[in-house]
Amino acid sequence: MNLTLRIWRQQGPDTPGEMTEYRVSGISEDMSFLEMLDTLNEELILRGERPVAFDHDCREGICGACGMVINGQAHGPERTTTCQLHMRHFTDGDTVDVEPWRAGAFPVVRDLVVDRSALDRIIGSGGYVTAPTGSAPEAHATPVPKEAADLAFEHAECIGCGACVAACPNGSAMLFTAAKVVHLNVLPQGAPERASRVRNMVETMDAEGFGGCTNTGECATACPKGIPLSGIARLNREFLRS
Amino acid sequence: MVMASATRTNRTNQATRTPRTPAPGRRPSSAASLWRSSVGKKAVMAVSGLVMLAYLVAHMLGNLKVFFGPDDINGYAHWLRTIGEPFLHHGWFLWLARLVLLAAVLAHGTAAYQLSRRDLRARPVKYAHRRQRATYATRTMRWGGVILGLFVVWHILDLTTLTVNPAAEEGHPYQNIVASFSTWYSGAVYCLAMLALGLHVRHGFWSAAQTLGVNNPRRDRALKLGANALALLLTAGFLSVPVAVMAGLVR
Repeated sequence: MNLTLRIWRQQGPDTPGEMTEYRVSGISEDMSFLEMLDTLNEELILRGERPVAFDHDCREGICGACGMVINGQAHGPERTTTCQLHMRHFTDGDTVDVEPWRAGAFPVVRDLVVDRSALDRIIGSGGYVTAPTGSAPEAHATPVPKEAADLAFEHAECIGCGACVAACPNGSAMLFTAAKVVHLNVLPQGAPERASRVRNMVETMDAEGFGGCTNTGECATACPKGIPLSGIARLNREFLRS
Repeated sequence: MVMASATRTNRTNQATRTPRTPAPGRRPSSAASLWRSSVGKKAVMAVSGLVMLAYLVAHMLGNLKVFFGPDDINGYAHWLRTIGEPFLHHGWFLWLARLVLLAAVLAHGTAAYQLSRRDLRARPVKYAHRRQRATYATRTMRWGGVILGLFVVWHILDLTTLTVNPAAEEGHPYQNIVASFSTWYSGAVYCLAMLALGLHVRHGFWSAAQTLGVNNPRRDRALKLGANALALLLTAGFLSVPVAVMAGLVR
């Protein structure tokens, strides 16, 4: 399979970037999108050019490190992470646009790599449970209702990749913040800090320069882990009741 | 001696100290902190939007009286001014309603403007690969809102202050309505605005439920259906009047 790629190339945070065209040939349909980029990078290195920088780590779809906007869609045409997107979803001769996550809160570091520390700072302002550390507590010490456990788990699946921010027309981090807030606020362990958690996290989210939610639903459509849009309604409820 | 005892106290404290907690529980809640946050501002938009929506339902139902003849709707318009008498003076209820609506419009518009500014700032560099996002109703919320705001100004000049009304008979809304919609431009402006209203309500009503946190997966379908039904009924109800005038059914 042969593809024409238009990739965003940007040397550093303060240098201007542009879409640059590359032709990649001999792509197997079993390759992941990242392996296809590896192929391109090997060629670039052989030609003495600077390889395309992109984030990646586990390549198993569970770490949230990789992420790029492919043909205007976060993580590309399939609902998965970029590392788990396979080239069989493209056809020979396609032109594919590859861009970094675009958000004011996610400054470009180089090429397709953006700085997602803003998400870490949202977590740092309340995405945890203050508990004495030590040996693991006895499992039956704190009973958790089944419904709460399911809801918490559904939201705990968030891997913090930032696709929601990239997909949102407002560059909003509401789905990310909602996932973290709902995950902890429905559990008894998270109850003591329930109000301060949501207030602090929303405050940090606003301060980081993310946009607001206009309920377009783009985030939940793009989320590789299927965090539901109803999470945002729950976040709003938690915020208003605090 | 003093130092030693101080050290010992510190040790005891450390041994029994619970993990440092960043002040759990509530912080003082205030309207200002609600307005400062993006989520709070959205809540203000939702509530003010629902106030206007409730008014529109009453307004639309009142408009339908035009089909029962001049006496019916003119009498209804007069009755509106007598609500609350003798507790309120003549027309006070109407002015109170106008005051509430003005507050709702201002709150809704201000919040929308400030939130939109924030949203646009949040993506300084656009994507090169543009793609159609969201539904038409969702994408037209901002400009649809602006169109509705401008329409309200025209509408008040036309049928409240009667400044631009061809008939301009005070206390005779039936005659004013017929005169207004007999001109092509007034009918066109009105029809366009009502279509914009339908789209705005379609996304706005469901969105308000989401913003106020009353939506959940079980209610989602019902709320979306409700939003569509409300939008359709409002648009159809409002449109029926100019269409009837232009078709010669109401003269």
